[in-house]
Amino acid sequence: MSAALRLRDLTVAYERHPAIHHVSLDVAEGALTAVVGPNGAGKSTLLKAVIGEVGRVEGSVDLAGRSRAKIAYLPQISDVDRSFPISVLEVVLLGKWARIGGFGGASAKDRHDAIHAIEAVGLRGFEQRPISTLSAGQFQRVLFARVLLQDAEIILLDEPFNAIDARTTADLMDLVQRWHADCRTVLCVLHDLDQARTRFPDAILLARELVAAGPTAETLSAANLLRARAMAEAWDEDADACLRAAD
Amino acid sequence: MQTVYDFLIGPFVEFGFMRRALVACLALSVGSSTIGVFLILRRMSLMGDALAHSLLPGAAVGFLLGGLSLPAMGAGGFAAGILVALLSGVVARFTSLREDASFAASYLTALALGVTMVSLKGSSVDLMHILFGSILAVDDLSLLLVAVTATITLIGMAIIYRPLVVECFNPGFLVAMGERGSVFHYAFLALAVLNMVAAFQAIGTLMALGLVLLPAIAASFWTRDVPSMALVAAPIALFSSYVGLLVSFHSDLPSGPSIVLTAAACYVASLLLGARDSVRQRLSRPAHLHG
Repeated sequence: MSAALRLRDLTVAYERHPAIHHVSLDVAEGALTAVVGPNGAGKSTLLKAVIGEVGRVEGSVDLAGRSRAKIAYLPQISDVDRSFPISVLEVVLLGKWARIGGFGGASAKDRHDAIHAIEAVGLRGFEQRPISTLSAGQFQRVLFARVLLQDAEIILLDEPFNAIDARTTADLMDLVQRWHADCRTVLCVLHDLDQARTRFPDAILLARELVAAGPTAETLSAANLLRARAMAEAWDEDADACLRAAD
Repeated sequence: MQTVYDFLIGPFVEFGFMRRALVACLALSVGSSTIGVFLILRRMSLMGDALAHSLLPGAAVGFLLGGLSLPAMGAGGFAAGILVALLSGVVARFTSLREDASFAASYLTALALGVTMVSLKGSSVDLMHILFGSILAVDDLSLLLVAVTATITLIGMAIIYRPLVVECFNPGFLVAMGERGSVFHYAFLALAVLNMVAAFQAIGTLMALGLVLLPAIAASFWTRDVPSMALVAAPIALFSSYVGLLVSFHSDLPSGPSIVLTAAACYVASLLLGARDSVRQRLSRPAHLHG
């Protein structure tokens, strides 16, 4: 199967401290992949490197000829200013950015699609509500509606189920499964290993380096998880920039 | 009736400098209220203030070269403001120093440098003039500068409005869409610096942001969406300009502080009586707690 996403020797550093290094992996077209690993393993960094939000030091990200507008990225809730005065409809309409951009106007169809997406995530009637009045779970639904509207071929989700209630998690998980059924490529950062094992066919185990990638049951084996934890305990936060490339 | 007229309108009919000052402040108020609203929403109020102070050494260089001339001091101030905005961004990006700390460092440096430079050549009157402004010095050229600034600001903000909103609320989104988000950030900073340059003639470098920020902060106690905050902030700024000039005229006070104090009074009134999150609302008992 062809790869939707091909990372080669990807190294990303913040202020010269490596966040992930020398990661090489392929994600197949249409795969539903969980990205797991200990805290600080660089899971979010991996997604941000794919969309170009953090600069890479080395290596390459190959999107199989797609432009970045074909990728939908759902940020961690903490990366968004939820007190900002903006309505649910306005946030969801941003999903049409590739068409409307910074200066165009939303057409009647765009609005119709947006309202449809808001209904699809179970927020009918919330269109004009300011996002500051929403709970974390409701806001996560809004971000999912935006992803829906983007109609992207590659979907990157950064900890979408953190700190939200069980019912919202179940509803949003259904959406993720539907994207998978549509043959979209989905990468999802997760903390819950059981969730990864039961709902995600593939997994990537990360501990700043790639520990394992492939079918979930094999990737998340006890031996691999132990290895990832041992690597996490050995991290030296004052380590200098990666020196291995010089070898 | 005659005394009311003399008090409220007379000064502007009688004196050309009062008319020019009023028109300058009105134009400034219209343009800068949107800038103020975004400075608050981006949590950049203090950075904006630091940026305003950093105009001083630039204006001082202009003063050393061209004396008390608006084009020289304005150009110097604009260049210094842009330089500090860029440098602070660069320092924050390439070191672990936080952006607020780097702004504070550059503004203290700028203030000391500016005062030293003005003192080298000028008198303390010149220094007071640059620090606190002098509405009497608003000539036709200054008026033109303020009018051009207000026009550029309104058109510029209309153009970058949507990307700026997205940048504020979800910083990673524009990058993910393949746009360069920082372009809009710096365009906004440039517009902010332009407004400070226009304001410093009338209210001085130390308080240039008073007419930009205080009305916007006051407006945030009345409404909460971006367009209506700007729409509420503009009339507050207009009112502060008019009342501040009147107070300054009748009580023989410096105009910059009078205008800023009037805006501050509007802020305090909004803080106490506003429709959202005000003291009045905190004190009033929620309806559902009554029996």
